[in-house]
Amino acid sequence: MSAEQTTPAKQAGAKNDVTSSASPAALKEWPLWEVFVRSKQGLEHKHCGSLHASDSQHALQMARDVYTRRQEGVSIWVVQSSSIAASEPNDKSEFFEPSSDKVYRHPTFYEIPSEVGHM
Amino acid sequence: MSAAQATLNHTLPVDYLLHLADNALVLGQRNAEWSGHGPILEEDIALSNNSLDLVGQARLLYQEAAAQIGNGATEDTLAFFRDVPDFKNYTLLELPHHAPLAGTSASDRDFATTLVRNFLYSALMVLVWDKLQHASHEQLAAIAAKSLKEVRYHLRHSRDWLLRMGDGTAESHGRAQAAVNHLMPYTQEFWTRTEYESEASKATGLDIASLQNDWNQIVDQALLEATLKRPAAGGFVPTGKHSIHSEHLGFMLAEMQSLPRAHPNATW
Repeated sequence: MSAEQTTPAKQAGAKNDVTSSASPAALKEWPLWEVFVRSKQGLEHKHCGSLHASDSQHALQMARDVYTRRQEGVSIWVVQSSSIAASEPNDKSEFFEPSSDKVYRHPTFYEIPSEVGHM
Repeated sequence: MSAAQATLNHTLPVDYLLHLADNALVLGQRNAEWSGHGPILEEDIALSNNSLDLVGQARLLYQEAAAQIGNGATEDTLAFFRDVPDFKNYTLLELPHHAPLAGTSASDRDFATTLVRNFLYSALMVLVWDKLQHASHEQLAAIAAKSLKEVRYHLRHSRDWLLRMGDGTAESHGRAQAAVNHLMPYTQEFWTRTEYESEASKATGLDIASLQNDWNQIVDQALLEATLKRPAAGGFVPTGKHSIHSEHLGFMLAEMQSLPRAHPNATW
């Protein structure tokens, strides 16, 4: 796997990258794409997996065939994995732990009027 | 069903329904041969999806044909208990996934041959289903409207690969061109007429030969973009839709029909 195909997993320090050692040359040459699908009822696109494809249109078609064949979606986004900047597991303590004792940030101390609907 | 509807429906010859159904089933079976053998996982699934779309179309058409035939006919008897001289599919669709060679159909699978065939057939069926969705035969019109959506994606998928292979590496270009050279002559069968098609056109308003110009435009534009050459027209015109087939259909049917013939009425 070349440098520009670095995935979040790789950034996170995965040592044993099976795709680079075991798969045919074609898979090494095609970049990795992350697939996001919005379901009928869903309001947002959700990450559902990843695949190798040669370009964005190719990735969209493959995502259609792989991830929406059971009527999972009405809209697909694909993003090249290398475009995603991911947080490091090592940063967990300074990134996430400071918020653990700030319970007042949860919207539980007031009631949302029902007219507001989905927030 | 009212008497008027029944009369209307019987104006469509059953052979025409079988022709459409056999096309879908035979190509669906061929494309299913890639299941578990695709060049990459995603294409393996894409070809299986394509196959399931086609088998689904075949089922609806066989059900319609079986209703007309009566006499205990079902979609299964039509798919699994008819033999080569009964099938009315285009010869193009029964060919193995490789150019002519000495060997069995299982000897090799050429992805370019598969995708070029899907392209040539999808380009036709996009035009055919588009017309048939306005047919006066209600059920056929409904099947056509459903199938049109599916075959539009098949055309998009196969055309996309045609361009990628034609305008790709020397190896992929060579394979795509060989597949075009091999398969294009078989498409001449599209434009010949059978009696059942002429009879059906009264109910459908579709004269298959009238689609040739539109089909040529779709094909020539894609070949141009793919930097591929169209071979000269001429030579043998296949006769599959007259039920006179190549040597390949019998082997394909033998495999496809072996289970229901060995265990009739088997259920899961």
